[in-house]
Amino acid sequence: MGDDSAGEPLGRADPSGRSRYDQARYVRNGVYEPLLVEKDRTCVEIDDSPLPEDLTRDDLELPDPSEPELVRHYTRLSQMIYGIDSGPYPLGSCTMKYNPKFTEDVAALPSALVHPARSADSIQGTLEVLARLQDLLGRIGGMDAVTLQPPAGAAGEFVGIRVAAAYHEHNGEGDRSEVMIPESAHGTNFATAALGGYDVVSLPNDEDGRVDLEALEAALSEDTAALMLTNPNTLGLFERDIERIAEMVHDAGGLLYYDGANLNALLGRARPGDMGFDVMHYNVHKTFATPHGGGGPGAGPVGVVSELAPFLPEPRVREADGGYELFSPEHSIGHVHGYQGNWLVLVKAFAYIARLGDGGLADSSAKAVLNANYLASQIEYDVPYGPFHHEFVASAGEQDAADVAKRMLDYGVHPPTTKWPEIVSEALMTEPTEIESKETLDQLAAAFNAVAEDGDEVLEAAPERTTARRIDQTSAARNPRLSWHALEDE
Amino acid sequence: MNGLQASGSPYAPHTGETLEAMLDAVEADTVEALFDVPEAVRYDGEYGIDARTERETRRLVRSILERNDDLTELLGRGHYGYYVPSVVDHLADRSEFLTSYTQYQPESSQGFLQALFEYQSLLVELTGLEVANCSMYDAASALGEAATLAKRVRTASGHRVFVPELLSEGRRSTLENYVAGTDLTVETYACADGTVDLEALERTLDEETVMVYAENPTIRGTIEERLRKIGAVAADADALFVLGTDPIALSLLQKPADIGADVVVGDASVLGLPASYGMGLGLFATRESYLRQVPGRLVGASEDATGRRAFTLTLQTREQHIRRERATSNICTNQAWVALRTAIHAAALGPDGMIELAKRSVTRAESLAERVDALVGAKAPVHDRRHFREFVAHVDQPAKAIADDLERDGFAVHVVGEHELQICVAGVRDVELEAFVDALEGVL
Repeated sequence: MGDDSAGEPLGRADPSGRSRYDQARYVRNGVYEPLLVEKDRTCVEIDDSPLPEDLTRDDLELPDPSEPELVRHYTRLSQMIYGIDSGPYPLGSCTMKYNPKFTEDVAALPSALVHPARSADSIQGTLEVLARLQDLLGRIGGMDAVTLQPPAGAAGEFVGIRVAAAYHEHNGEGDRSEVMIPESAHGTNFATAALGGYDVVSLPNDEDGRVDLEALEAALSEDTAALMLTNPNTLGLFERDIERIAEMVHDAGGLLYYDGANLNALLGRARPGDMGFDVMHYNVHKTFATPHGGGGPGAGPVGVVSELAPFLPEPRVREADGGYELFSPEHSIGHVHGYQGNWLVLVKAFAYIARLGDGGLADSSAKAVLNANYLASQIEYDVPYGPFHHEFVASAGEQDAADVAKRMLDYGVHPPTTKWPEIVSEALMTEPTEIESKETLDQLAAAFNAVAEDGDEVLEAAPERTTARRIDQTSAARNPRLSWHALEDE
Repeated sequence: MNGLQASGSPYAPHTGETLEAMLDAVEADTVEALFDVPEAVRYDGEYGIDARTERETRRLVRSILERNDDLTELLGRGHYGYYVPSVVDHLADRSEFLTSYTQYQPESSQGFLQALFEYQSLLVELTGLEVANCSMYDAASALGEAATLAKRVRTASGHRVFVPELLSEGRRSTLENYVAGTDLTVETYACADGTVDLEALERTLDEETVMVYAENPTIRGTIEERLRKIGAVAADADALFVLGTDPIALSLLQKPADIGADVVVGDASVLGLPASYGMGLGLFATRESYLRQVPGRLVGASEDATGRRAFTLTLQTREQHIRRERATSNICTNQAWVALRTAIHAAALGPDGMIELAKRSVTRAESLAERVDALVGAKAPVHDRRHFREFVAHVDQPAKAIADDLERDGFAVHVVGEHELQICVAGVRDVELEAFVDALEGVL
């Protein structure tokens, strides 16, 4: 694709009619790539068992490929996936930035691979990495204490909600029953508050797309346990009234929770702790560049102000007598993970932060914000809310945003997040991150603009150049086939 | 100055020329002008984090981690360090797997969806249950999710969740956090000689019981011999029977569907991950009748516009991004990449290899127990049961002192009682077991 000039969408048919972009597509026996079990399977009966028959199963039937067959199978599968290493991936609120390769080498160090039941004395290195990461995250968030245990952002939210509950309980205010969440927030916020046993109070946005202070004032009461807020919010807008919001929530006796999904907008510019937030989570697989791995693992460390530190999950790590030790906070909520969370993710995040330092982190946010603004300036779709930061939400107008996304795939780019937040009709939530060059942003803009010109028929037929064509979602849900066993039962 | 530092991100590709052009395009003099952050909350300080070259950073992390002692770990109790073949790392580290997001655009994510479908299928085969999701965080959170599912699917009222008294603190405590926002209460039933005390369990359950949890193998390495009866007792109480186990154990031990399990949870990363300081992969499988109440992502087969089979995330109306506060769980990011590793590792072993690994988990643990038992000052195993991977040994001297001595000799074991050590063979080579027996003899 080296001959593409900037501004030409990848994959758009050139004058001779040839396509320049096509995703890999293997087809054999009428399917894209047979399941391993369709290529080779063996049913092995359990015999010569060291256990009596009544304690064992009868047999096990699984694929049994040779190693070369196995390697080809998964290599082909990998070629039928679009990743951040394949091209731009401007999924709003997901912060798909480049995952530096060296962090994989760091996590693969044999000395990193220890059992969690080791004595503290024998794993001082592991504990030091954890302690140093806690310290770095505390500085970045303006928080006094950090736990690394939550294995994902939603798990971090859950810790925040459980810590808030424990804090209120401790103060004799355990009957606070409501958590407030802006209408435009991430779905996890609502689900987390509900899992924590709270009634969810959904707050409308004002006409500028930010928290409606009057609605907030009216909703706050002695029942308020917390307000969960993302800042900049999902429209990319900074909540300018954050100090006033903090004051209002605190006056009502509630806590202010910061959803760290959009922290990549603010590195070196603002800290949740300084804005009046009491508790926050960090998405290290967003802000700190650990790979998403097709959906996880992530890590969702939680930072709190000192007043909440006694409630954090146990065990925590701290420096002691020139070394490091594990300890239980005085009023700990207990565990939220069997051990200490996703260690292999945490060590990558530590390496990333240590590599970039103050300057690199601040520059990441600067260029993330510049890239979003530049891309928005180059596309024809309307962007109704601003000024935005690291992401913007465009409207597909009369087009169906989901169709727009499918069509963008044909241009060799990953589309934005679609149809959310609902405050923008047919939303295209776009976050290019700092890692894209002007040239790539121009290609992205060209893809947006090409699709903007496409008619309904073209949109509904998209995608054409991906491995699979448009997939029937209704059939998948109406007739669930969730294993190879289910396929064979058909 | 346009506000962009010279010491910028090494991963941002901008040049001075393109920066100027971009600022012109957005009609800003500086990048700082794009930040709509009120003065009062603007951060003017410094984190105080030095930037480093890649080489310096690798050296930094390596030098810190080198402070870990190089011990032979005879450790288990829920986290195991089996040998992971090279092919797993090399395939899973292919960057399309590693650097893609959740498959919200299935047409361009077929490879990962198929890998997750194959992972789900592996668990369906191992458990005999019809539905497996494509991951929870770990065994502890999967147990917590099982309890909330038990509550949702129960038609009658009820609030009691029963777990064995022998259960890891991490799992028990995580479960308690998951149910803290419900009216469920977590209670303990008694164990006898390392497994479920069936009579005590029968006496304990009542019509308020929504869930009974048991593990096979147990946290002390014993094999539960009366699973079918536990399942029947739970069914009599109209409670869900939730079984904790893992893919290696399931390759040999009774199939959960055959003993009446309604939900299977556990750590699937016994295949796929080496010892990773507790990082895991939550296994979650259940009956088809509970499909609409399953937490987490599910991959299903469908057809594309050409009529060919294609895979997609499905039944997403259960999930938080659609259903919000009425979702079956708050999980979003999961452990998909670990599930990929587990599927690859299982395929690399094949059914013979998996069964063999499971058989050796029995024979090696039991033969090591015999050898420990033969030493003066030790008795093993403490429980008169069959064992999987690990066992508890009685030592005449204080166990802590013995463990400390062993650590000085290069071996890590669990201390589980004043005079009890727990010893695990998973991932430990035969020559290391030989050396361990010699070391133990020397310190008893």
